[in-house]
Amino acid sequence: MIDYLREIISGTWSLFVGLGITIRYFFQPVVTVQYPYQTLPMTPCFRGHIELTKDEETGETKCIVCGMCQKACPSNCITVNGEKREGVKGKVLTEYTLDFTKCSLCGLCVESCPTAAITFSKDYNLAGVRKEAYIFDLKKRLEAKN
Amino acid sequence: MSAFAKSEANETFVLNLGPQHPATHGVLRVKLTMDGEYIVEAEPVLGYIHRMHEKMGENRTWAQFLPNTGRMDYLHALAYNHGYVSVVERAAGIEVPERAEYLRVITAELNRVSSHLLWFGAFILDLGGFSPLLYAFDDREHILDLLESVTGSRLTYCYFRFGGVYNDIDDNFVPGTRAFIKRLRDRMPMYHNLVTKNIILMKRLQEVGPISAEMCRKYGATGPVCRGSGINFDVRKHEPYSIYPEMDFDVPVYDQCESMARYMVRMDEIEQSLRIIEQGLDKLPEGPVMAEKVPKIIKPAKGDYYHAVETARGSFGVRVVSDGSNTPYRLKLRSPTFSNLSLFGEACQGMLLPDALALMGSLDLVIPEIDR
Ligand code: SF4
Ligand code: SF4
Repeated sequence: MIDYLREIISGTWSLFVGLGITIRYFFQPVVTVQYPYQTLPMTPCFRGHIELTKDEETGETKCIVCGMCQKACPSNCITVNGEKREGVKGKVLTEYTLDFTKCSLCGLCVESCPTAAITFSKDYNLAGVRKEAYIFDLKKRLEAKN
Repeated sequence: MSAFAKSEANETFVLNLGPQHPATHGVLRVKLTMDGEYIVEAEPVLGYIHRMHEKMGENRTWAQFLPNTGRMDYLHALAYNHGYVSVVERAAGIEVPERAEYLRVITAELNRVSSHLLWFGAFILDLGGFSPLLYAFDDREHILDLLESVTGSRLTYCYFRFGGVYNDIDDNFVPGTRAFIKRLRDRMPMYHNLVTKNIILMKRLQEVGPISAEMCRKYGATGPVCRGSGINFDVRKHEPYSIYPEMDFDVPVYDQCESMARYMVRMDEIEQSLRIIEQGLDKLPEGPVMAEKVPKIIKPAKGDYYHAVETARGSFGVRVVSDGSNTPYRLKLRSPTFSNLSLFGEACQGMLLPDALALMGSLDLVIPEIDR
């Protein structure tokens, strides 16, 4: 009987302790961010979809069309094509398409590139209604940036 | 079984729990044969998100399977990374620099804490309490930020590489992690006051959901499930790998065999993981994070290799059979939750439905990992 009463009292007390914690946190600063109006800075390490980098000197891509990234990708997201041009050593990039619908952001392509021609973008606001919107033409994106 | 369970006419009905049900944490379906509120039989039905990870692994190169490992158990992805890279390193004879091993253990333990915090929130949610989830997510957010700053992603990490880790930590990581350890230690008493000592939680978990040590052995249950039944088994202690032998930590074991014991094991494990992280940060050596001379295309010697790691849910083992080519001949993944779930059918017989859901929550199921 005594135990029973004791349990009722300690049990009720435990509920008040929990309530006290909730009330204390209620008056503490807000920890969430109102997302579209406020954003948090991205870390420099964030891995978004891949992007071609620019050669600082020429302003062109550093890609030598070796196809290593295409081979390294586990999901076959990357299509690289190039052609021989007269007067230019090596191949010239004509197409670099990323199928972002299949990409798992693993980073194996970036690691395999011998010339550091690709890197991760910091885009995370990716929303769309059509699948085709995620087939990125990275070459065009690079040219648009220039 | 109570008197209610034995109705004269022996009338039972079938109740489908899931595959879309808030209490099953994913697409798990349990076919329950019910007698009123009591469970007569429970049969988990698996395979709703089977993605044939094993077969996928056999059709890609060794390195290309790396992103898959983070997508089996998305809550403790780094341990799965660890298991896979370790077995391939063993097979290919790759030495890992010390700093990389420390980083692996520190990040994997951080990930374990975040997994336990999420379990904590979701478990209380199963029992009908909403607010602890928000407290847990507040803390978990700090871990995700820390891990994002080193790994580049927030949930499905793919950070470990054969021979090391993907990149070195930045300057903020060590002070940030220390600050987080202090923060979580300060908040643990709050969690215990808010939740552990709560009378409703105690009434719902104490002496409910018995899983005996014998049942754990029979079904091969590992991790907090078997440690809550008095079996002292932790791969980090009993088959030590990586730098765990150098770490000083305890394995929390409770022998009450009830849902509460499993709850307490995980809450204590958070503290033990913090201890490991702290020691790792203290001892963190300088040096490279990637082994030199890792071949670009990995072709392990012919043979059969196995490596087990301790994940937040138990022992995860990877067995690879190599035929010397650039893809595995066979890749077998032993997932802990699969074994932990299989005892559910036997353990919940004759239980009230809400108690069985509490038992299921205390198993900490992650369905993608069961289905693989
Ligand atoms: S990040 Fe991974 S999945 Fe995405 S394109 Fe690169 S290699 Fe392919
Ligand atoms: S690996 Fe680099 S250089 Fe080679 S094709 Fe890909 S982006 Fe171009």
